[in-house]
Amino acid sequence: MSTIAPTQGVLANVARFSPPRRYLPVLGTFALFIGMFGVGGLRYEGFADPQVFLTLLLDNAFLIVLAVGMTFVILTGGIDLSVGSNVALSTLIAARTLELGWPVVAVIGVVLLTGTLLGTAMGLLIHYFDIQPFIATLAGMFLARGLCYLISVDSIPIKDDTFSAIAFGSITLPGGYYLGWTAVFALVIVAVAAYVLSSTRFGRTVYALGGSEPSALLMGLPVAATKVGVYAISGLCAALGGLLFALYTLSGYSLHAVGMELDAIAAVVIGGTLLTGGRGFVIGSLLGVLVLGTIQTFISFDGTLSSWWTRITIGVLVLVFVVAQRVLTRRS
Amino acid sequence: MPETVRTGKALRARVMAHHLFWPLTALAALLVVNLIATPTFFNVRIQDGHLFGSLIDIVRNGAPVLLVAVGMTLVIATRGIDLSVGAVAAIAGAVACVYIVKSPVDGAAGTAVVAITMALAVSVALGLWNGFLVSVIGIQPIIATLVLMVAGRGIAMLVTGGQITTVNNDTFAALASGHLLTLPVAALIALGVFAATQIVVRRTALGLLIESVGINPEASRLVGVRSRTIIWTVYVFAALCAGTAGLIIAANTHSVNANSLGLWIELDAILAVVIGGTSLAGGRFSLTGTLVGAMLIATLTRTIPNIGIPAEANYLFKALVVVLVCLLQSPKARAVLQRRGDRTPTGPSREEAVA
Repeated sequence: MSTIAPTQGVLANVARFSPPRRYLPVLGTFALFIGMFGVGGLRYEGFADPQVFLTLLLDNAFLIVLAVGMTFVILTGGIDLSVGSNVALSTLIAARTLELGWPVVAVIGVVLLTGTLLGTAMGLLIHYFDIQPFIATLAGMFLARGLCYLISVDSIPIKDDTFSAIAFGSITLPGGYYLGWTAVFALVIVAVAAYVLSSTRFGRTVYALGGSEPSALLMGLPVAATKVGVYAISGLCAALGGLLFALYTLSGYSLHAVGMELDAIAAVVIGGTLLTGGRGFVIGSLLGVLVLGTIQTFISFDGTLSSWWTRITIGVLVLVFVVAQRVLTRRS
Repeated sequence: MPETVRTGKALRARVMAHHLFWPLTALAALLVVNLIATPTFFNVRIQDGHLFGSLIDIVRNGAPVLLVAVGMTLVIATRGIDLSVGAVAAIAGAVACVYIVKSPVDGAAGTAVVAITMALAVSVALGLWNGFLVSVIGIQPIIATLVLMVAGRGIAMLVTGGQITTVNNDTFAALASGHLLTLPVAALIALGVFAATQIVVRRTALGLLIESVGINPEASRLVGVRSRTIIWTVYVFAALCAGTAGLIIAANTHSVNANSLGLWIELDAILAVVIGGTSLAGGRFSLTGTLVGAMLIATLTRTIPNIGIPAEANYLFKALVVVLVCLLQSPKARAVLQRRGDRTPTGPSREEAVA
């Protein structure tokens, strides 16, 4: 009898436990991801293999980095439509400069600098001239695509040894599994971003801005620097994502990453970040990308489904999460 | 003398402050650039009883963007935005082309009429869906329409089975290449929709109601405006315009490619609306401005290859136009310019001295 009582207490506690409301969307995404993987594991042989998960990370490394940058922007209540074009521009700059024989470090430096500058420029337009984020980043999108075409209309292959080494390099995990370098890098970016958002002054200001810009201003927070900063970060992440994409495809092409900004926004939404700003977590965006990736894995494992179901499923998922957010925010 | 100077100055200020001043100046500048590059640019000749020439081409090729932009103007006036128009255009094109191809009499005029009607009905249904999400569920317009923007091309793919569907139907093709009263049908449709919309919103109270909803939907509802119905209606109208544009694009190429039909047309349309001086914050719109904006974009698209720059680079120029127009319309940027103007010493400024 005495042994049962505490168990009951624990059970009751478990039954009564409800996570803080702000974690609900992320937990929902996590449950969705686990559920999808579970269903896949039951339906298809080899789906539940850990290597499938590790490959998922590798195949979506660039999207993870993009979604991280997008999370910063959306947390302030903005949006960045330029990331897809920024990725394409980055792959082209990398391919072209490598073709010209630049050292790898310089190539990476130029790509990151270009992306960050583009982001900063959009941030300046948005903050100092009150141009809506949607329009300013639309201009950035056109600008980056236009620059792509000026660099080259054709696809440029990347043959550099260092790039190939990083692209094909991987670390071996216990059990014979392996994880590509690019995936490791993406996870590091997620960790850094999560730290910045949760534990630095800048991160807290990002949340404050998304909550209410006038209040943030009244509190004396550095609104201008933060607002321009998030677009600079998004640009930097897009450039990093572009480098990862260049490694993934080993080419630079002006039609790379068409519509990828939509995938990034969808991942952030599915990850539970509120589109009006102020609430959300980077880890949610990571989960969002993984959910998107799992849909694709599903379709490739199934073999009978057409790939256009991917887009329809993503649309439905975005809808479900947006409606759920709407219900959650209405109640609070 | 000082009197005339003052009225002259006031007039100039008024002209420059007009929301169509900068777009029209830009349009005129582009046309002059074209005229310098190709002296025969303004020539319009009659061939086989139809009007031909660069200017006619610009109006014809600008028709889809103008159509989408007219619908978008009303949506933006209610403080919304419709990102799904490109996907709706693709679905409409897909539905029409697949119906014509599947029909046993695929060349008949009746087939084309049924196909067009079906495509427009589907567009209306998609508009109802967008409007439902925005006005009933209360989701932010940008996200509500993002759903269809993402899923829509998948749906269009589903309709066409992933194939590029090619049609042979003269009646359908006439939507894009036909002529009526010497003018291209596509341009007539777009201008017709523009004129009809302009009359309806400016000759009835509808325009006022739309603006009132855009300023404050809740207050409008409280004073007796059916905010929800009005918001719903503008999304249906936008989808209908987008579907029509999709049909024209499909008719122009005699085919539908679910991946590329109407790709980025939503951005061009929003650009046209913004250039025309409609505020993205809602509550104020100008359809005439949208017309000028759409023609500016169509002219720009034509100008780039005309002056010897690769056509693909037109994105770069579009970006510059967006930034420039937005800066010129931004109150903050104007304030900065104003301050610089005031800081000049008391004598007449350089421009005035020249004048």
